[in-house]
Amino acid sequence: MPDIRTETMTVNMGPQHPSTHGVLRLVLELDGETVRSVAPTIGYLHTGIEKTAEQKKWQQVIPLVERMDYLSAQSNSMAFCLSVEKLLGLEVPERVRWIRILLAELQRINSHLVWLGTHGMELGAVSVMLYCFRERELLLNINELIAGFRMFPSFMRVGGLREDLPRGFHDAVRAFLDRFPQKLDEYEDLLTRNRIYIDRTRGVGRISKEDAIAFSLVGPIARAAGVDYDVRKVFPYLGYDAIDFAVPTRTEGDVYARYLVRVAEMRESLKICRQVLERITPMGAWAVADPRITPPPKDRVYTEMEALIQHFLIYSQGFTVPAGEAYVPVEGPRGEHGFSITSDGTNRPWRVKSRAPSLLACQALAKMTVGGLIADLIAVIGSVDVVMGDVDR
Amino acid sequence: MAVIGPLLVGFATTLKHLFRKPITVNYPEQKFPMFPKYRGKQVLMRDENGLEKCVACGLCSVACPADAIYLEAAENDGTVMAGPRYASVYQIHKTRCIFCGYCEEACPVGAIFMGKDYELAVYSKADFVWDKKDLLVPAAVSSPQPRAGTEAQTRDSGFGIRD
Repeated sequence: MPDIRTETMTVNMGPQHPSTHGVLRLVLELDGETVRSVAPTIGYLHTGIEKTAEQKKWQQVIPLVERMDYLSAQSNSMAFCLSVEKLLGLEVPERVRWIRILLAELQRINSHLVWLGTHGMELGAVSVMLYCFRERELLLNINELIAGFRMFPSFMRVGGLREDLPRGFHDAVRAFLDRFPQKLDEYEDLLTRNRIYIDRTRGVGRISKEDAIAFSLVGPIARAAGVDYDVRKVFPYLGYDAIDFAVPTRTEGDVYARYLVRVAEMRESLKICRQVLERITPMGAWAVADPRITPPPKDRVYTEMEALIQHFLIYSQGFTVPAGEAYVPVEGPRGEHGFSITSDGTNRPWRVKSRAPSLLACQALAKMTVGGLIADLIAVIGSVDVVMGDVDR
Repeated sequence: MAVIGPLLVGFATTLKHLFRKPITVNYPEQKFPMFPKYRGKQVLMRDENGLEKCVACGLCSVACPADAIYLEAAENDGTVMAGPRYASVYQIHKTRCIFCGYCEEACPVGAIFMGKDYELAVYSKADFVWDKKDLLVPAAVSSPQPRAGTEAQTRDSGFGIRD
C-alpha cells in the first residue's frame, strides 16, 4: 500500500468561478477540505475609471463613477455629486435632497436584493434568487421611468438632478413600497428559520468586533460584528437627521448575522422611503438655480440667443470648481463610500479617488475563512458582498 | 418539529408560485414595451421638410463622456439641410457608446435623440460604427415630438406583475 500523501494542495479559485461574484481570484492552500491560507488576487476587472475621470469634465464623470460599483449606481453618483457640491459651496434645493435620499434607499434595496438572490443561490436556494430578481425588476423599472436607463440612470447631476421626475413616479414607488414587505416576508420564510440555511451560515466566516475595526470594515459586515457605525447617523448628509430610522446591528459577526442585518436594513430602507416620498412634492425645483452649472431649459435654448450661448458654454467647457479637496462619505449598500476629489481650479478634476468598501472586505476574507472548510468559503464570499467593479476601479 | 416546520413553510411558499401567472415573457416573440424616456440607439432627426436637422456644431461630440461621436462638417448646398452647414460624416461608435444620453441633452437644435432600439447585435466588426445612414430617420417619416418629462406613461411600471 502506497503512503498517504499529506502535503497541502494549492487551488486557484476564480477568476472564472461562478460564485466569486465577478472576477475575484483566490489562491487557496488546502489541507484536505480545510482552508490553510487564502490570498485574494484582484485586478482582473481594472477599468481605470479613476484615471479616466481626470480627463473628463466634472459633469461627465458621473456616468463613469456609476459604473464602478455597478450595483449601487445612484449611491456612487450621489457621493461624487456631494463632494463636488461641497467644493463648489452649493446648497441643493430641499426637494432634490429628498429625491436623492429616496433614490439612494431604493438603490440600497436593489443592491441587497441582488446580494440576497446570489447568496441564496450559492447555498442552494435557487427560488430565492428568482423571487429577488422579480422584485428588483420593479426597481429597475423605476430607474427606466425616471431616466430611461435601468442600471446606470446617471440621474444625479452636480447641482441637482438630470431633469424633473416624470408623471407617475410617486405611484410607481408607492406600488413598490406596498408590494415589497410581503415579498420580504416570503424570502424570510424560505431562509431565516430554514435548518439547512442556518447550518450553512451560523458560526461561519466569523469576524470579531476588534478585527472588523482593525480591517476598517464598514457597512453590514461591520454592523453584523457589533460595530455600530452608519454614516447616515454619524455624519448625516442630505437631511438624514430629520428621518426616523434605526440601524440594525448584531454581535455574532458570522454569515447568518450579515444576512439578518441586511434583511433588517431593507425594512429600514422601506421606512425611510415612505417618510421621504411624502415630502417630495410632485412639482418643484430639480436643480440649483445657478446659471454656471445648470443648463437652461431646452425650449429657451431653441428660441433665445442668451440661453443658447449659456448652453454651449456649459456643454463645451463645463464649469470650473474652486481648487481644493473634498470628501463627503455616504452610506452605500456596502458601507461607507465616498469620493475624495481634488480640484486645481479648472473644469476637470485633478484626482478622483474612490473609497471602496469592497476592497477592504476583500482584505478581510482571509481572516474570515482560514481554518474553515472550502465549502464555507462560498458562503463567506457571498456574505461579504464584494463587487469587483468597486474593488478594481 | 423545529426543523420540519420552517421547511414546510418554505415548500408552501414555492408551491404557491406554481399557481401564479408567470412574470416572464418569451422574449424574441414577445417584448416588454419600454418607458417613453428609454435610452437606446440614437436617431438623427429631420425637420418638417425632410431635411437634416443637424448643424454640425459638434457639441454632442464634446459632451460625450466616452468620446464615441465623430463628425465632420461641410458647407451645405441646400439639398441636405436648410442651414449653411451640415454633417457630411456623422459616426457613433457603438462599442464606445455608454447610452448616457449626454448627446441628446447637449444638442442645441434637437437633432439627435436617444431612440428605442436595443437589439444591437451585429455580425461583423465593421458594423460597430453607425453611420449617417444607420442613424438618420427615413425621409418620409415626419419627425416625432421631442420627448417631454411630463408626458403620460404608457407602460404600467409593474410590468404587469400582479399577485
